[in-house]
Amino acid sequence: MKAIPALTGLLMAGTAAMALTVAMPATAQEALTIVSWGGAYQDSQREAYYKPFAKETGVVITEEEYDGELAKVKAMVDTNSVTWDVIDVDTNHAMSGCDEGILEPIDYAKVGQPREKFVQGAALDCAVGTIVYSTIYAYDADKLKDGPTTIADLFDTAKFPGKRGLLKKPFGNLEWALIADGVADAEVYNLLRTPEGVDRAFAKLDTIKKDVVWWEAGAQPPQLLADGEVVMTSAWNGRIFKAIKEEGKNFKIVWDRQQPDFDFWVIPKGAPKMDLSYKFIAYASDPKVMANQSKYISYGPTVVDAIPHIEPATLEHLPTNPENLKTALPIDAQYWADNNDELLKRFNAWLAQ
Amino acid sequence: MTIADRQYVEFIEVQKSYDGEILVVKNLNLSMRQGEFLTLLGPSGSGKTTTLMMLAGFEAPTHGDIILDGRSISNVPPHKRDIGMVFQNYALFPHMTVEENLAFPLEVRRMPKSEIEEKVRRALAMVRLNEYGKRRPGQLSGGQQQRVALARALVFEPKLVLMDEPLGALDKQLREHMQLEVKHIHQSLGVTVVYVTHDQSEALTMSDRIAVFNDGAIQQLATPNELYERPENSFVAQFIGENNRLPGKVVLVNGAGCTVEVTGGGVVEALTVNVIGVGAQTTLSLRPERVRINPPNGACANVFPARVEELIYLGDHIRARVSACGQRDFVIKVPNAEGGVGLTPGADIAIGWKREDCRALDPS
Amino acid sequence: MPRAGGVERPSRPATQAMVSLATDIVRTADGVPLKVTLRRVDRARKLKAVALVVPLFLFILLSFAIPIGVMLFRAVDNPEIAGALPNTVAELARWNGDELPDEATYAALAGELQAAHKSKTLGLIGKRLNYELPGVRSKIMAIGRAVTKIEAGPYKDAVIGIDPMLGERRLWTVIKSAGEPYTIFYLLSALDFERTQDGDIVNVSADRAIFRDVFLRTMGISMTVTLATLVLGFPVAYLLASLPARTSNLLMILVLLPFWTSLLVRTTAWVVLLQTEGVVNDALMLLGFVDERLQLIFSRFGTIVAMTHIQLPFTLLPIYSVMKTISPTHVRAARSLGAGPFVAFWRIYFPQTVPGIAAGCLLTFILSLGYYITPALVGGPTDQMVSSFVAIYTNMELNWGMASALGAILLAATLVLYLLYNRLIGIDKLKLG
Repeated sequence: MKAIPALTGLLMAGTAAMALTVAMPATAQEALTIVSWGGAYQDSQREAYYKPFAKETGVVITEEEYDGELAKVKAMVDTNSVTWDVIDVDTNHAMSGCDEGILEPIDYAKVGQPREKFVQGAALDCAVGTIVYSTIYAYDADKLKDGPTTIADLFDTAKFPGKRGLLKKPFGNLEWALIADGVADAEVYNLLRTPEGVDRAFAKLDTIKKDVVWWEAGAQPPQLLADGEVVMTSAWNGRIFKAIKEEGKNFKIVWDRQQPDFDFWVIPKGAPKMDLSYKFIAYASDPKVMANQSKYISYGPTVVDAIPHIEPATLEHLPTNPENLKTALPIDAQYWADNNDELLKRFNAWLAQ
Repeated sequence: MTIADRQYVEFIEVQKSYDGEILVVKNLNLSMRQGEFLTLLGPSGSGKTTTLMMLAGFEAPTHGDIILDGRSISNVPPHKRDIGMVFQNYALFPHMTVEENLAFPLEVRRMPKSEIEEKVRRALAMVRLNEYGKRRPGQLSGGQQQRVALARALVFEPKLVLMDEPLGALDKQLREHMQLEVKHIHQSLGVTVVYVTHDQSEALTMSDRIAVFNDGAIQQLATPNELYERPENSFVAQFIGENNRLPGKVVLVNGAGCTVEVTGGGVVEALTVNVIGVGAQTTLSLRPERVRINPPNGACANVFPARVEELIYLGDHIRARVSACGQRDFVIKVPNAEGGVGLTPGADIAIGWKREDCRALDPS
Repeated sequence: MPRAGGVERPSRPATQAMVSLATDIVRTADGVPLKVTLRRVDRARKLKAVALVVPLFLFILLSFAIPIGVMLFRAVDNPEIAGALPNTVAELARWNGDELPDEATYAALAGELQAAHKSKTLGLIGKRLNYELPGVRSKIMAIGRAVTKIEAGPYKDAVIGIDPMLGERRLWTVIKSAGEPYTIFYLLSALDFERTQDGDIVNVSADRAIFRDVFLRTMGISMTVTLATLVLGFPVAYLLASLPARTSNLLMILVLLPFWTSLLVRTTAWVVLLQTEGVVNDALMLLGFVDERLQLIFSRFGTIVAMTHIQLPFTLLPIYSVMKTISPTHVRAARSLGAGPFVAFWRIYFPQTVPGIAAGCLLTFILSLGYYITPALVGGPTDQMVSSFVAIYTNMELNWGMASALGAILLAATLVLYLLYNRLIGIDKLKLG
């Protein structure tokens, strides 16, 4: 009997594909290439945006995946051969891409939502926020009964012995290190702008250095937890949520000093189908449509008006849930744009010591 | 018994099998004197190379024993046997110069440097390659490489030297030249040589004695002269030199002679060599040069009519193919003597031969 | 005579033939000098040869030579500031560097920053200057916004009023040096050097010095892997070369099996094997060899094991194919000449395998220099090799100058090693089979 749902699924997928093909319009303008990060995240975008948008407008959407290599976009813009229409980027690239002139400045009149309707920091000059995700840390409740609750616990190897997973970048880790060292939230970036502050952050990281497993790809942390390689690990909340929901893991997320951040839609400079790109971004920024995405992945909406459309049960897993937001520590994108290069070198030098 | 007569190498009931089913060497018994030049001759697969390899120590006998200079060497590894060896493709070490190649066997024997130099110099002189010491083997011609290989096998003054078809890769003229050179070196040094070849003329040229191998066994072990003149079986007769073969049946045995009824017609008087008795099948072997054309009356015991089928001019002699005794490829060698031979194709002639030139051997 | 033009051509008088003989000009039957004919024939042959090579030559030019050239160029190319602030750079050419620049320079900067703000190219300026003065990016953005409010001169004091940084020589030194069309900044950075305000080249502070370590580490890991593949591969190659064809072909398939799966799959398989709760640790625990689980993954050990596995066939195959050409009678000859098994191997067999060893090791070493995914997945924090930094600078940081500089230095280091190799072993000794 199991075969039947699978078969139905296949048939439905087939029908959907056919519908897309049938809906293919005569003019080439009615096709759009959208690039995102693949995996569960792109799956959620497909369900929430691509399919309904295609159905409503008859536009054929070609999906592509990338790993955040803005280099490709730069190469396209430099050689005036842009084939990507809309791209999903992170904060760092949304800002640096804008500064370097490889992204189109956004006309919010065409987005359909005024800038004020977006969560603080989600509406940038060249990028329209699409999700709020968060860097949190998580542990396996099956292995740790009385689990950690604060960032200080993440750094407390006496109380919670064992390896911990951390992102292999200075980004986010320095902030947590200062918090764990007793710095007040408001002072974190002020302190990091001084050499002493950076020293202090690295000194705190030093205390757990030998217990850290460094991860680089978003899929690694849930795997490290599942394999027992680490007792706790920083991660992007959607990845952990997926492991809980789909793989039945008893992982627990610690929301203390979560680092909410955004992903954005951007249009590369000189993209040939500007109007259609705006049409898509406007569609994806519609509160009702946007609210749908959290059905497929536990990331929050960037448009304030979308929140009422989300079911309360889902809401509690989102970074934007007020309960989760209590001690949130938003990332200072300006700070990282200024200092990433230097800190990356220092971080790698520190790792090699 | 003098030292020279002492048995230097002995194979005693040696058998060799690789797969446990087929014997490559069957019950080999062989002995040779010190200073002898013995050739193992035979077609490929006859067991001659395997025999050589057992002597060199690269193959172990499955059964039996090999004695060298009075000692069993079955348990002596190759490098302790003190046997020089020349390989088919010379096996010169390509990464060493000629001098280094020659010095190698001396170095592994930890000889003093000055002595090595002296010996290498002498060995090079022996093969007349004094000027070539600094060259690599790849820069030498085939004949020169061969001479280096020879010098290398001799430089450490082994009592016994094995040569595995050493001249096989050379062209005919060079080969004949080298045959003499090897023979002279053997004579001047007095070493014992076991030489493997499948070339019968090479074997005849060089050897004191020849062991003809076939099917894993020695067919005949004799001097070249004996082997040619008095082959003991039809394989040897066939393998050494050319011969006419007439199959037939023995009708009468009379001491050393016998009378054979040839299958193709005719009755032949022959020497009894290898026949079981009256009524047995036999093969008569007759050298082409021993057949006479139109012999005078009474000169030959056997005279038969023949027709000339074909004449081949070969300079020093003429090969005539005739039909006789029911054979269409009966071959006669006629010396190209003064006055010509006076044969024409299609002519009817008489041919004859003496009883002692015709040997009744085993049927084949 | 079927010769073309034969009818029109008058036959050569005998005297002329004599003359040509006398001057040693050899001619063909129809009177054309032999050299000319030969040249014509040679030319046709050469053209044919060239025609055969041209497609590959063009392909290599386009896909290899030009990209490497571009990479080397990008390592010193410095277009950002010269393009965005041309007048300022021109004014600074007169500046002696001892005190602050003059009013004209400030005016030029103000004008060009205003223009850059309008055309949204401030970010480019900020990013470039930020490489040399960390933290200056956001200040340039802020200055760019504020400078639009200055409508008329004198500019010097007004501009300094926006940010005191503009009243310091440090920033101007950086603008001046960043304004030159070519720079060694990236190459210096890639070797952990920097230039002081006075232009001296000094080591960067220890807490920011990474690349020398990374280069040494890259070389070290590559050499270790090369050595490991040699030690493991040589006996296997020997076995393969000495077995009968049927058996050796079967074993060869096993050796080549890793080639049938992708690099990523093989690396991931090592993750499964080596992890703390993985198969290897399970086996060690079960057999009682260890009391607690070993840290096999995320370590140098894991990196070298996985890389060795992947590289093994590259080292083994050239050695194998060279061994195949070594006649087994060489060792027999050595034995018959009195050498024991070890001496025969070491003095006769081994030297003949050296060209294969050299080829295999060079191949593995150079391929290992470029490893990127494997150290990232099974390596620890101190196992990252140069390629991963090239990738970070290319893809993530969009700092192609830095990426190119790292690439250029790696290329140079490899060439130096290659020359060293050529000096010690000789490249003509290299043999792939």
